[in-house]
Amino acid sequence: MGRIYKPAAANELSRNLASSRREFLRNAAGLTLGGAVLGSGAVARAAISSSKRKVVVITFGGGARDQETFAPEGQINIPHLMSELIPQSTFFTQVVNRGILGHYVATASLATGVYETINNFASLPPEHPTVFEYFRKDLKRPPSDAWVVAPSNGFNRIGESSHRSYGSGLGARVILPKHLLTAALSSGHSDYQHLLRDNYETPFYAPELGGSEVELHQLENILKLSVDDFKAHARTLSSPDELSVYVVRQLMRQEAPSLLWITMHDIDVAHAGAYSLYIDGIRRTDRLCAEVWKMIQSEVEYAGKTTLFILPDFGRDSDDDSGGNGFQHHRTGDAPSRTTWMMALGTGVRQGVVIDRPMESTDLVPTLGALLNFSPSLAQGKPIPELA
Amino acid sequence: MLPRDLNTERFNRYPPEARKLVTGYVLTLQALPLTFVPNLLREAIEYDFEFPTERKALEKELANLQSHSAVQQKEWFQGFAQITLSSELEQMDWVNSPAQFVERLSAHLWATHQLDAFRKAATEYAGRLHAAAPPEPPPVPRLGIAVIGQGVSTYDDPMFRKLRPHGGYFSNVKPEGGLRMLLDAVAARAEKTPISYGHWYVDGGEEAEHSSAITCVSYHALEPVRADLLRKMRTEIEKPGMGPETLRTLLAQMSPAGLGLGKSGDAVLDRFQMKILTEGSGTQIFSTIFAQWTAREALRRAQPCTLLVRFAPRQRQKPMNELLSDKRDETELDPLGSLIDADFGAYYNWINQQRLPGADQSSFLAWFENHGNAVAIGPSMPRGTESNKTTDLRELISWMT
Repeated sequence: MGRIYKPAAANELSRNLASSRREFLRNAAGLTLGGAVLGSGAVARAAISSSKRKVVVITFGGGARDQETFAPEGQINIPHLMSELIPQSTFFTQVVNRGILGHYVATASLATGVYETINNFASLPPEHPTVFEYFRKDLKRPPSDAWVVAPSNGFNRIGESSHRSYGSGLGARVILPKHLLTAALSSGHSDYQHLLRDNYETPFYAPELGGSEVELHQLENILKLSVDDFKAHARTLSSPDELSVYVVRQLMRQEAPSLLWITMHDIDVAHAGAYSLYIDGIRRTDRLCAEVWKMIQSEVEYAGKTTLFILPDFGRDSDDDSGGNGFQHHRTGDAPSRTTWMMALGTGVRQGVVIDRPMESTDLVPTLGALLNFSPSLAQGKPIPELA
Repeated sequence: MLPRDLNTERFNRYPPEARKLVTGYVLTLQALPLTFVPNLLREAIEYDFEFPTERKALEKELANLQSHSAVQQKEWFQGFAQITLSSELEQMDWVNSPAQFVERLSAHLWATHQLDAFRKAATEYAGRLHAAAPPEPPPVPRLGIAVIGQGVSTYDDPMFRKLRPHGGYFSNVKPEGGLRMLLDAVAARAEKTPISYGHWYVDGGEEAEHSSAITCVSYHALEPVRADLLRKMRTEIEKPGMGPETLRTLLAQMSPAGLGLGKSGDAVLDRFQMKILTEGSGTQIFSTIFAQWTAREALRRAQPCTLLVRFAPRQRQKPMNELLSDKRDETELDPLGSLIDADFGAYYNWINQQRLPGADQSSFLAWFENHGNAVAIGPSMPRGTESNKTTDLRELISWMT
């Protein structure tokens, strides 16, 4: 029994998933099929020069399945995506991740455009140049122009690769809000260790990071927050991702980076096996994505010149694969765990369009390169024609 | 080492019955690819502690492999043989640590993009094995029962949404004495068809009084074991250089006695319970996943004829603002969240039951504890129907079985 696997007609299943998503969206949000608008993105983008353009990327470290999101029975969980964001977006129904389905390594793959094979649970940099390095080196941008806000200690090396032609000093600055909170909190608490646990995939393990001086420096000098204000605000928030979005707001106001990458992971509480907490995570993420979009529209440095990308790093296991336990994990490598979606909205993006054609997770970096005018020469993916 | 280098001495560290079994098939194992053998040995090394159904399946599988001609051997294993392995994997002690090998193999398959090829080979193998040595149907049609919603007084949202299309929904079930009726029904089946590990009762809280003919696992009874395990894990995590792989290896090396199990006189059940806690994600913390995962593993491994799972409220997950407050509360329960967990868990119990032989004759009942809502699935229950007829759980089960 333990070694039995279900047949994996992966390509066909991925296509079916994409087709279902298109139908769901067409029925619910009245969107159109996108083939006819191919290439129109370039026209729409012409008014903004690439030097002024900004890009914000939100990835979810912990995908959500269609039945809890885009399928009719799941749409109740994503009211903001359905009614506010999707109608303004170009929506890609079939983003396939052919790499390792661990959150750190998958996010590293998204950020490099190459399927990375680094240890998901070790504190290691990506082996290939990241989007931040291409961006900064090619466009001669300062360190303050590329930032990553990431959920856990394990992501502290995501901003900069170990590649010899890039790497040291060319990457993004990384801010870890939970680590920041650890540094800000006085000792004596023990309860929040549970909250600050690093990674739902391995709930009992968190890589150790260096001292708190750097974090407190970030807090006071970059985010312009006093330790007391930061702690007081954290006490009004219900989750680590809410803390991340709070940090993003400060970052946008104080540093206004042109390339800002946010990784959320509240949904990944699903690994603990409590379905209601997984649903809560989806609903919170839906709300926070809409908040970020509103921030983009209301901040003077971002309004009218920003493209927002939202995509899970991958999916979760289906109920049908006996090798998994449904929503709880992403271990089977089946089509639902590999096939996810992406939406792009804002500057240069057609609204209300659904693209059914398959793309890969590794296509994101080349697309960002085409948008921002840098050359991700070592990335494996291809620019998405509807956006590039 | 490669399978061709196997000999009987290699299995000297196996438990006695496993050693006796495997050493009878050394020649067979020598001819199989390394991508396959450790997966088989992972089960064989546990043979002394396996349920009767698992033991029988393993014996049949080995006998089938032994009967292969050279041509059949090639046909069955060409997919596995095409997968390339690293020398590091080949050098592992996969005979004595097959589970650790399989874990490393999994990482290797992901990293080298060979996972799909492995899945294909494994799927084809499973299909061939199923045809050559079909699993035996249960001696009586299976009955699964899920009791959900303990501690919830009112709930207005639709329930059993995933199960209702597959059976009949009853909205006027007399709740009085419901749990007793269900436990009595399980006991009656256990007495009528007495099979070792054939009739189970899993409770996510404290178990109710039940027949000694029923195999029982409960979250409450395992509380000292869970606490000890969490303590041990925290101690290990705090050690310098500890990582997730090392932690998992340590968990895999734990013994029932080391966790305070082993006093029941049932080594098979002790080991089963230890694995629920050391291999399951969240089972040490949330009672709802404990109940669902225990049911999944009981169905997958023991293949019981009867399985009653009663979900209970799990501890409440505190939001960040509460965790950061100085207020110190006792652990609170979350009955409503647990109802949602259990509603979905009941659906998974049904799916896992339907993966077993005899699915077309199996029945499944889910009931909102102390309330009038239930869904009944089985060959005699029309699908997608609703009834407000007054009934009770005893009558419902009699209609189903």
